[in-house]
Amino acid sequence: MLNYDIVVIGGGPAGMAAALKAKECGVDSILILERAETLGGILEQCIHTGFGLHYFGEELSGPEYADRFISLVDEQKIEYKTDTMALEITENNVVYAVNKTDGLLEIQSKAVILAMGCRERPRGALNIAGSRASGVMSAGTAQKYVNIDGYMPGKKVVILGSGDIGLIMARRMTLEGAEVKVVCELMPYSSGLTRNIVQCLDDFNIPLRLSCTVIGIHGKDRVEGVTIANVDENRRPIPGTEEYIECDTLLLSVGLIPENELTRAVGIELDPVTSGAVVDENRETSHNGVFACGNVLHVHDLVDYVTLESQTAGEGAARYVLGGNNEPEYITTKGVNGVRYIVPQKVNIKNDGDVKLYFRVGQVYKNAKTVVKYNGEEIISKKRPRLAPGEMESVIIKNDMLKGFAEGGIIEISVEE
Amino acid sequence: MNYDVAVIGAGVIGSLIARELSRYDVSVALVEKCNDMAMATSKANSAIVHAGFDAKPGSMKAKMNVEGTALMPALCKDLSVPFKPVGSLVVAFSDEEMVTLHELLERGKGNGVPGLEIYDVEKLREEEPFISEEAKGALWAPSAGIVCPYELTIAAVENAVVNGTEFIRNFEVNKIDFADGIFTLSNGESEINAKYVVNAAGVFCDEIAALIGDDSICTMPRKGEYMLCDKSIGHLANHTIFQCPSKMGKGILVTPTVDGNLLIGPSALDIEDKTDVTTTAGTLADVLTAAKRSVPCLTTREVITSFAGLRAHCTRDDFIIEPSEKNAQFINVAGIESPGLSSAPAIGLYVKDMLIKELGAAEKADFKSEREEPVRFRHMSNEERKAIIAKNPAYGRIICRCETITEGEILDAIHAPAGARDVDGVKRRTRAGMGRCQGGFCGSKVVELLARELGVEINEITKCGGNSKILYDRTK
Amino acid sequence: MQKNIICVACPMGCGVTVELDDNGTIVSVTGNTCKRGDAYARTEITNPVRSLATTVKVEGGVFNVVPCKSSGALPKDKVFDCMEVINSVCAKAPVKLGDVLVSDILGTGIDIVATNHCPIK
Repeated sequence: MLNYDIVVIGGGPAGMAAALKAKECGVDSILILERAETLGGILEQCIHTGFGLHYFGEELSGPEYADRFISLVDEQKIEYKTDTMALEITENNVVYAVNKTDGLLEIQSKAVILAMGCRERPRGALNIAGSRASGVMSAGTAQKYVNIDGYMPGKKVVILGSGDIGLIMARRMTLEGAEVKVVCELMPYSSGLTRNIVQCLDDFNIPLRLSCTVIGIHGKDRVEGVTIANVDENRRPIPGTEEYIECDTLLLSVGLIPENELTRAVGIELDPVTSGAVVDENRETSHNGVFACGNVLHVHDLVDYVTLESQTAGEGAARYVLGGNNEPEYITTKGVNGVRYIVPQKVNIKNDGDVKLYFRVGQVYKNAKTVVKYNGEEIISKKRPRLAPGEMESVIIKNDMLKGFAEGGIIEISVEE
Repeated sequence: MNYDVAVIGAGVIGSLIARELSRYDVSVALVEKCNDMAMATSKANSAIVHAGFDAKPGSMKAKMNVEGTALMPALCKDLSVPFKPVGSLVVAFSDEEMVTLHELLERGKGNGVPGLEIYDVEKLREEEPFISEEAKGALWAPSAGIVCPYELTIAAVENAVVNGTEFIRNFEVNKIDFADGIFTLSNGESEINAKYVVNAAGVFCDEIAALIGDDSICTMPRKGEYMLCDKSIGHLANHTIFQCPSKMGKGILVTPTVDGNLLIGPSALDIEDKTDVTTTAGTLADVLTAAKRSVPCLTTREVITSFAGLRAHCTRDDFIIEPSEKNAQFINVAGIESPGLSSAPAIGLYVKDMLIKELGAAEKADFKSEREEPVRFRHMSNEERKAIIAKNPAYGRIICRCETITEGEILDAIHAPAGARDVDGVKRRTRAGMGRCQGGFCGSKVVELLARELGVEINEITKCGGNSKILYDRTK
Repeated sequence: MQKNIICVACPMGCGVTVELDDNGTIVSVTGNTCKRGDAYARTEITNPVRSLATTVKVEGGVFNVVPCKSSGALPKDKVFDCMEVINSVCAKAPVKLGDVLVSDILGTGIDIVATNHCPIK
């Protein structure tokens, strides 16, 4: 049995930032477990730029953003094991993991930080009818093939889903010589950044079809075409709008799901909206000493926010290990009227800092306000010229305000038009 | 190449026939047109071992089903294939259907089905807490079970190959000549000679028979669409839940699978195209609606994949297992629709008996009846895991996260007798890519391992043979 | 002549209309809600630029390709020409993050630099 103060599961941007912060806060015994061959996580294949504008004030590519943290992890001599998969967390925070060189690892930890990230929603979840031909894959899988392996997964491409990964891959495939015929989006708006719509689609005259989806996949061995159709306000295909598009590849960019199998197995309470753990402001879950941060907690829009959140978790875990926690008194947070969720879901009012609440809205709003209420009483109101589901919003609850709250209170955030 | 017997079609039927023949001192070629075995009906069906009360008494279906079901547990044990004796329930939703249950009970007794019993609604609900409020009662058949049909086929082929059978892939028989008592099968490029031919080509049995001028078989593909749900709702059915049968088949069922998922389906639609295994949105919606009649709380949210399979329905409405009228050395094994999987062990023995009598061959002294159990890391204790990684570090590298499948298991699948040659082949042998992410993460790693082990470039690797390549050229 | 563009200076995504005279000189910019929108629209009409991220072929590395980016923004209409140049070069492993893989691409004064490491196989 190995012993560490903190075991971090996942060596992507979340895990690295959490580990580095914990180290900075005085914890020396830290081990990062990473399932891939290198640290860096999904950033390694995100070779486009646009990362780090908030955190570093620079426009970096994914590998560059990751490299800054990898260098720090090395500099700080934080231990890590790559090609290592965590299999189980026990009731007593023993982590079981496995790799080729150590075999089965049994690691007793005081605190565990969950930073496993998220995965892409697969075709099955969409129930697209048609054949099971090859040439249907998630946009992220295609991204790995093109950017890391250096192979083309297709030549004539249809993309379903206009989230940022779908948009980025439309440009990427085009630059490498593929023809991207159309990007279909089920919703009446794209969840991707405007900048990506302009620079990834408009620049290359790739049409974006809103309220449109793929209803059929054709081809025996390899995809030969897809049928797309417009959808009504209930997202059901409208008969008569079907259109056949010849293509050899269908890329799916239809959402991300936090990867919480380990979390679920240990019995940690999950939020049905985020599909991540329910956490407090330190990102501690319902299981003592287990923290969660990054995309395993809720899917973020920018890696910069993942870094910030993970530092919060790293600090929280360090405090837990070093014994600085008081008996908490919680208030809960709740998204209402257009606000889909809030993280953290609960806040310890005995906390001595300000608390930032992150939230997402369910549709596009123009010239709206976000309103924060405590026990029904408005405490903060912010004018927002534009709110969109693709962008994470935040509001800070100042500590003096927090001090005025009582255990069991409820903070609600809503959108008012 | 010269063989005593050529079995055309490596579905569950052809594979078990070959495996039974491999007990004897005969040379056998198992000829398959695809890149792998179990590529058609045998990979896409209900995975049910039926008790045997459906078939008409006295029919081949009835005989083979009851015998096959009785043989199944021991066969699965020998071949290390998971079989679960979960039993089945036919649920009645009206007094009229309750009458049907009694008819099925009587027919089942006539067919020799053991243990049949009518459950009242209380007993039914006790067994199946999520069953519809509308249910009135059910017919309980304890001998029914569930099995993984492609794993059974793969295991049968592996075992046959270990015992000397030649497994010949990618050989689509399009010409059969007969001269001097010997058949010559040709795919236009190469030839296989055999004294006897077993036509186990599933929906293509009629076309294969026609190659020797036998027009007596008429296969009509009957498509069935299914939805597979996540393990998280596997508890919604403890047994295979049928509805009362109709002319088109046994109706929509809701059943657990041996892996703990929930399977619902199949629809039934007679079609023309024998390769059409596309799913359709409308049909899948109908399947769900029909399944909800049994288990109302089902939703599409937990569906992880959908698929379609073809039943080899024949106009004769019974299994055809007999020498062709055109040539007594050509055995047709046609029309093996439901309960074909349940009957497969019995059909294997039956056809073996026919041929061995003719060939007069002796049993081999060194026949290995058991197939070594594949390593299943996910089912191991931590002690077992430590031991196996110490023996081979490849078991310490997880490739498929969702199903906890190791590199070692994938290498085993590739290097097994009649091993995997494509991504779907690895998936069927190991479950890599069958979980929630459906290969999103592990797909590219499986491609890499296949390329490395088979000594080819990664863009040579296919999803399921033929033109199903996954990658084109290098980007630069 | 009128040109419609979407401003990407912030997430608002204002639709901006730029009015040009016969000489291609900008007469007016409308539809923007802030000054940044005006500036963006003028650059986008007169001298649109884009940064480029792609990969370069590597010989003898653990990977077939190494990611790279342009050290600054390139003229938008030269992006595909730049791709051609980039696709014609081959780096030799080891490649280090920051290594210049193509210098002064197409005389733009912009370099193509590696954005990750690619060790020797």
